[in-house]
Amino acid sequence: MNITEKILAKASGKKEVHPGEIMEANVDMIMVHDLTGPLAVEAFKKIGVKKVWNNQKAVVILDHQVPAESVKAAELHKTMRQFAKDQNLRFYDVGRGGICHQVMPEKGHVVPGTVIVGADSHTCTYGAFGAFATGIGSTEAAAVMATGKMWLKVPEAIKVNVSGEFQKFVTPKDLILAIIGKLSVDGAIYKSAEFTGPTIKGMSIAGRMTLCNMAVEMGAKNGIIEPDETTRKFLEGRIKNMPDFDALKSDKDAVYVRTVEFDVSKMEPQVACPSSVDNVKPISEAGDVPIEQAFIGSCTNGRIEDLRLAAQVMKGKHVKDSVRALVIPASQEVYRQALDEGLMQIFTDAGAIVCGSACGPCLGGHIGLLAAGEACVSTSNRNFIGRMGSTQASVFLASPATVAASAIAGKVTDPRKVQKP
Amino acid sequence: MSTKIKGPAIKFGNNIDTDVILPGKYLILVDPHELAKHALESLDTSFPEKAKGGVILVGGKNFGCGSSREQAPLALKYAGVKCVLAESFARIFFRNAINIGLPVIECKGIADAVKTGDQIAVDFEAGKIENISNGKKFQVEKLPLFIIEILTDGGLIENLRKRMNKK
Repeated sequence: MNITEKILAKASGKKEVHPGEIMEANVDMIMVHDLTGPLAVEAFKKIGVKKVWNNQKAVVILDHQVPAESVKAAELHKTMRQFAKDQNLRFYDVGRGGICHQVMPEKGHVVPGTVIVGADSHTCTYGAFGAFATGIGSTEAAAVMATGKMWLKVPEAIKVNVSGEFQKFVTPKDLILAIIGKLSVDGAIYKSAEFTGPTIKGMSIAGRMTLCNMAVEMGAKNGIIEPDETTRKFLEGRIKNMPDFDALKSDKDAVYVRTVEFDVSKMEPQVACPSSVDNVKPISEAGDVPIEQAFIGSCTNGRIEDLRLAAQVMKGKHVKDSVRALVIPASQEVYRQALDEGLMQIFTDAGAIVCGSACGPCLGGHIGLLAAGEACVSTSNRNFIGRMGSTQASVFLASPATVAASAIAGKVTDPRKVQKP
Repeated sequence: MSTKIKGPAIKFGNNIDTDVILPGKYLILVDPHELAKHALESLDTSFPEKAKGGVILVGGKNFGCGSSREQAPLALKYAGVKCVLAESFARIFFRNAINIGLPVIECKGIADAVKTGDQIAVDFEAGKIENISNGKKFQVEKLPLFIIEILTDGGLIENLRKRMNKK
């Protein structure tokens, strides 16, 4: 079996499971946030059970409309605050957490080998730690909170084998964009995407999270990476009991419906052009694209490693007059670390605005929206029509290095071409 | 809910994402009738008006991709969509639709066999789809029984209540 099958077999109390099989899984952890939680609370109340099946296994995080930008959002937050209090759930309020997918592993809610569901499509991020993690809707979340169980169809698996060493300023974000560009937005539909190979083994947790985060952008049910020493180092001091990683490796004879190979050694920075995540071009072919906004942040690329990289490009330079640059650390922990490392000075000196840890403009619900005719280059994960504001605006997806370089140049720019002052 | 549905088709293309079905700026709305007013407005501002009398939505590949927002299928359902047929679905949308009692059926070849305005008849229990306007018929793989039960009960919550009461 592959790692996903092993986790699902254990979660359903079986020795083995096979692709296509429908099984009932015991859920180890569930997360809801401020935009999916209120519907789940409403549905939960209709079920007629009084208590969440296990209050240690449900987490509520406010991150989308944070801080509340409208009375309506404030009401949603109030609903979630009250539910978390009534049910005695782990709760991360404004200023206490940050983006759910960063907070979950930081605060020890992600354990390798477990089944985690979240009412957010980017829940697949936790596959970076060797967990089976997938997104669900609000009603399903209510049912899981009531029962602790959920039906799942065991997915077929695609193996993405990655080798080679990244060039300077070429990153895991460029890799996942290249992968989605090759496989297409429905290339992994209903399937598991397992990332493996020497490049993955040498990759940071931050990079692995970026890869698994975007697995859903090619339709995957989950993205997953075998846990190893890098995983252990990140999780030590965050989770109580470290599981045995030996049981979380894909067997030599594990079955994959497809294997794709990537060599990153000659890869150049990649850009996903509007309005589909698989409209990916190497930056040399992206053309002359003037931008009005540059956004560094999100559950894809708002981690300390991402901010360091952006700061390295922006240090001592100025954001072009025609551009507003937004930097949003993924969590309070990342925010604090960026302060300690002096990254905030670099961003503010460059003329960027640093906002509080939250989803920001990524989903077009809150701050940093785009007007008709404007273009934004963003480290986030989606460039759909209307995603970041006006339906006549356009979004280009790229790495933190590329976004930082583009903010300085005022157009989509290869970070390798930004000269030292 | 009956397992048989009939209505005129409204057709869209491939990769219809949940951001165009319901933009993020409306996720702070809680009333499904309010959500319905904005259904698919990014692609066609008159969609809610067209869907009002009850329609069958037909899509291409990867229908409902992107965000897990359940407000997307909710907006469609309350706008008047009685069923969604597509070449393939994004899995979260597929589950969400079933969980709120909106039938969704994967049907290979449907996108080429239907144009907007065609009369479509669906029997989701039998897995039968017919384009009455041009006579084309499809037999698709039947949904598992427990999914048909969720749909006929009107959604997962009603289904769960029923099952829990039995216990």
